[in-house]
Amino acid sequence: MTPRRRLEAILLPAAAAAVLIALWHAAVRWTGTSVFPSPGAVAGGFAELARKGLLLRYSRDSLLRVAAGYGAALVVGIPAGVFLGWRPLAARAANPVIQLLRPISPLAWIPVAIVLLGVSNMAAVFLIFLASLFPILVSAMNGVRGVPAMYRDAGRNFGLSQQALLSRVVFPAALPEILTGLRLALGIAWIVVVAAEMIAVDSGLGYLVIDSRNAGKRYDLVVAAMLLIGAIGLVLNLLVQRVSRLRAVRWGFREETP
Amino acid sequence: MIPVREPLPGRTKIEIRGIHMAFRTEESDVRVLEDIALDVREGEFVCILGPSGCGKSTLLNIVAGFLPPTSGSVRIDGEEVRGPDPRRIFVFQERGVFPWLTVEGNIGFGLGKLPRGERERRIAHYVRLVGLEGFEKAYPHELSGGMKQRVEVARAFAVNPDVLLLDEPFGALDSITRLVMRGELLRIWQAEQKTILFVTHDIEESVQLADRVVVMTARPARIRRIVTIDLPHPRDLSSRRYLELRDGIFEEIGLAHKI
Repeated sequence: MTPRRRLEAILLPAAAAAVLIALWHAAVRWTGTSVFPSPGAVAGGFAELARKGLLLRYSRDSLLRVAAGYGAALVVGIPAGVFLGWRPLAARAANPVIQLLRPISPLAWIPVAIVLLGVSNMAAVFLIFLASLFPILVSAMNGVRGVPAMYRDAGRNFGLSQQALLSRVVFPAALPEILTGLRLALGIAWIVVVAAEMIAVDSGLGYLVIDSRNAGKRYDLVVAAMLLIGAIGLVLNLLVQRVSRLRAVRWGFREETP
Repeated sequence: MIPVREPLPGRTKIEIRGIHMAFRTEESDVRVLEDIALDVREGEFVCILGPSGCGKSTLLNIVAGFLPPTSGSVRIDGEEVRGPDPRRIFVFQERGVFPWLTVEGNIGFGLGKLPRGERERRIAHYVRLVGLEGFEKAYPHELSGGMKQRVEVARAFAVNPDVLLLDEPFGALDSITRLVMRGELLRIWQAEQKTILFVTHDIEESVQLADRVVVMTARPARIRRIVTIDLPHPRDLSSRRYLELRDGIFEEIGLAHKI
């Protein structure tokens, strides 16, 4: 990027954000609402949360739940997906079940999670696990299934065992698609943690939203929590995007390289 | 100048006997290869020439051991081919290069069993042989089509196979790069003394490269004729004999060499 482009890349979004905040401020003024907070009130809300130490603690709690649920989905989903992609017969057996379960919103699992695990941290983690599992599983399965026969033939030609073929050819060939699934799954996990925390636990950013509303209609805190959720989600997405720029997988993301 | 290669009276390397191949589809069996018999001598360069889709790639896949024939057999050094083997390497078009590995990683792909020093020495040797010095750490998507094809060829040569099976390896390259690559392949072949089976639909290419050209019919493919190219390398592409051989094949296939 030229320095001019780089400057534009910072200034343009900053200007758009400034306009949006100004409009928000004006809208609160003009309507004279006493419920919806102004930008200034939300900034005050942020300060209050920071003072009480809730900002860091709740962010940490939410992130830890995502780490646990998403991590478990990685550990289960990648090997299972690779296996299903590698063994067409197993995939044909499992695919209808996967396709049936996949469109079910993770929120529909809430009652099941509560019956199985109680109103607990585990229930929230379980929901995140389920929500992340399907995109990861399906992308790993499709990624492996879509590896060109030419790569497999070349690998076999060089005398690789089945295991070496899987680790040295099939997995790296499927990795870009697997990473796409991981990125999708992380986005979903971050959405689901907020919902799960509204129901199952008493900490975290989702809990902060619902608790601020219930305990005295503190909409300044509600909006502050919402913005924080957005900001953390943005950072998570940028981190995963970083991974797909690594040179060994970049070949699979040609349309996304800057 | 490169010394003239005698038309080798040498040992038979590849024996192809009575190969038939049919693919079963929903409606019927599609006959692809019929009664193919061919002997290739050690160190010989044989081109298999035929129209697109005639089944010549299928034949190459059978020789590589990727596909079992419907009937017939392939023996290499007297041993029946039952699957792929690093002693005979199939060279794909440049799309066969692994995009997740660097040039070095690709060329060293088949060298996992060698001690580290030996492996690095061999990689360096073949990087030099195909003229990719300075690109050792580059990834395939950073290279041109011709460079990728060199990587593919180097990866094959690096494991020191006796037999190379090339499936229209230069088909996707522009005509200038293709000419350069033909020259390089001949140079490497002469330096390394391999037996080469080279599939192409390009008559000129076959006459430029081969000791013998096996002309195939349209599907189902049979061997129509085998033409011995009795020209020393480097070949003069305007010599009478070259033009005679080339036009003979054009006629054989039923094409007037005019446009």
